Amino acid sequence: MSRTPRSRRPRTSRRGIARTLTHLSLVVASVVVLLPLLVVLLTSLKSEKEMANDSGALQLPDDLLNFDNYVTAFQDGRMLSAFGNTAFILLFSVTGTVIIGSMAAYAIDRYTFRFRKLVVALFLVATLVPGVTTQVATFQIVDSFGMFDSRWAPIVLYMGTDIVSIYIFLQFVRSIPVSLDESARLDGANAFTIYRKIILPLLKPAIATVVIVKGITVYNDFYIPFLYMPSEDLGVISTSLFRFKGPFGAHWENISAGAVLVILPTLLVFLFLQRYIYNGFTRGATK
Amino acid sequence: MADTTGTDTNEKDTTGTGPTGTGRPAERAARRAEAAPAARTALARGRDRAPRGLRLRRGLTPWLFLAAPLVLLITFTYAPVANMVAYSFTDWDGVSPELSYTGAENYVELFTRPELFEVFFVSGYYLAASVVQIVVALYFATVLSFDVRFRNFFKGVLFFPYLINGVAIGFVFLYFFQDGGTLDSVLGLLGVHSDRAWLGTPVSANVSLAGVSVWRYLGLNFVLFLGAIQSVPGELYEAAELDGANRWHQFRYIIAPGIRPVLSLTVILSISGSLSAFEVPFIMTGGATGTETFVIQTVKLAFQFNKTGLASAAAVVLLLIILAVTWVQRRLVPDDKVDLV
Repeated sequence: MSRTPRSRRPRTSRRGIARTLTHLSLVVASVVVLLPLLVVLLTSLKSEKEMANDSGALQLPDDLLNFDNYVTAFQDGRMLSAFGNTAFILLFSVTGTVIIGSMAAYAIDRYTFRFRKLVVALFLVATLVPGVTTQVATFQIVDSFGMFDSRWAPIVLYMGTDIVSIYIFLQFVRSIPVSLDESARLDGANAFTIYRKIILPLLKPAIATVVIVKGITVYNDFYIPFLYMPSEDLGVISTSLFRFKGPFGAHWENISAGAVLVILPTLLVFLFLQRYIYNGFTRGATK
Repeated sequence: MADTTGTDTNEKDTTGTGPTGTGRPAERAARRAEAAPAARTALARGRDRAPRGLRLRRGLTPWLFLAAPLVLLITFTYAPVANMVAYSFTDWDGVSPELSYTGAENYVELFTRPELFEVFFVSGYYLAASVVQIVVALYFATVLSFDVRFRNFFKGVLFFPYLINGVAIGFVFLYFFQDGGTLDSVLGLLGVHSDRAWLGTPVSANVSLAGVSVWRYLGLNFVLFLGAIQSVPGELYEAAELDGANRWHQFRYIIAPGIRPVLSLTVILSISGSLSAFEVPFIMTGGATGTETFVIQTVKLAFQFNKTGLASAAAVVLLLIILAVTWVQRRLVPDDKVDLV
């Protein structure tokens, strides 16, 4: 993206100063972002004794390969079951969101039916209601279905409140030519076959977007699992980490290891899928 | 499941249309087919030999696809809103079968007990933080949309915090603000020996927490702005540069107007985000030392003190404020279509 090819060679010294200041601001921002994370990484590698000696947060650990705290965090923080529960919820809610969102988008774009406008309006207005405000009443509904304190509560809530994905799918369905549907219909395909054999495969880029955006949201969510799954067995990544702090009070070396364990998968996903993630969030927010 | 719910939705539209909707489903389906655009009816006509059942199915088809999303939408968005409004006029505790209608009592209590209202002042810190956040994000988005060395690295670094788990962020910053933690150590390196409990007094605690939320959410604003700026055609900058425009001029006359829709979206998101701040303060302080936000208070009222009625009234107030903000914003910035995808 070299939009200004010539600006690499500063024409005046004033440009040069501006350039230096720009870089300086970027470096400062990077330090502000990275420092808290790096310090937690360093702390997670320190032993209890080192922490007790109070060598200061910026001190390097004696042994850079001391993973004892990770073992403690992984076992006592019940991280294995947390990752399992999170994976379960992720799998169902993301699959559900993709199926539900793409079906709704297909029906809205490809069919003219009565109340079509009303349906679109219902989805639209719902974006204005922030989930946190209605949680007290939503809780009663989830409870009345007997889903409270089960993994299904977050799954249905994630599926039911995701309107953004419908918009993303709608954008893409619109760009698929109707003539494709029609020729398939002449070949005798019914609506479901058209959806499954033609629309769904062509929606791949949109599906990738939704899977990434939704996946990250679900992985990081704290509020819903915290309210709806109080049992310890049902801890997900966020709630298990939250509870882990309790018994370890001021043992920052253990807590740090827990935090790093939780951040690491996100970092890996980010490094591998960077480009898609940026696009996904731009699309998700601007509809 | 899809089948039964499909008929449910269909029954709903029967009640909605009054007398005309009471016809047999097959007739309604036929009417719907008539209403379809020419191309599609032409297609349907080709299959007119088909039995009536098939035509019924064609009318039902969109509803079959919409059944699950609509049921979820109504159950988990509209029903709660309706229930919440209803609860807000009662003294329900959320558990017992009895609840009695108390009129506007909850609302009166909400606006007359100062401690219940104070939480709104806490939102002020987050609002101020979002102003900082938007300005800084705008600056970095502008800078990084031009050719800068290590551009992708900086982009990644600025965005990454947005992807991190909220609980992990809470712990990272609890440690950051510890006595002798990261912040104190860094300040020590710079020769400032501060000895203060950053989360100890209401003002410094709220400023610290709001700072964490800037750290966390800056990346999202930044990426949105960056995407918008890149959708501005590159020739415009070159032309402007030939005309002798400097960076500020380019920002003022090309970038700012070009990203106005995203900017106004960000403003709404920031306001409603500030009012509904929850995770960072809840995880870091649990609402202690004057950091209780509106949502923390509502959750406590409902789930600790069993005051579902009062909590619902609070939630209604919050919802109304957010809707009002959105409405005002729509008035001020008339609906330009966001066309960035």
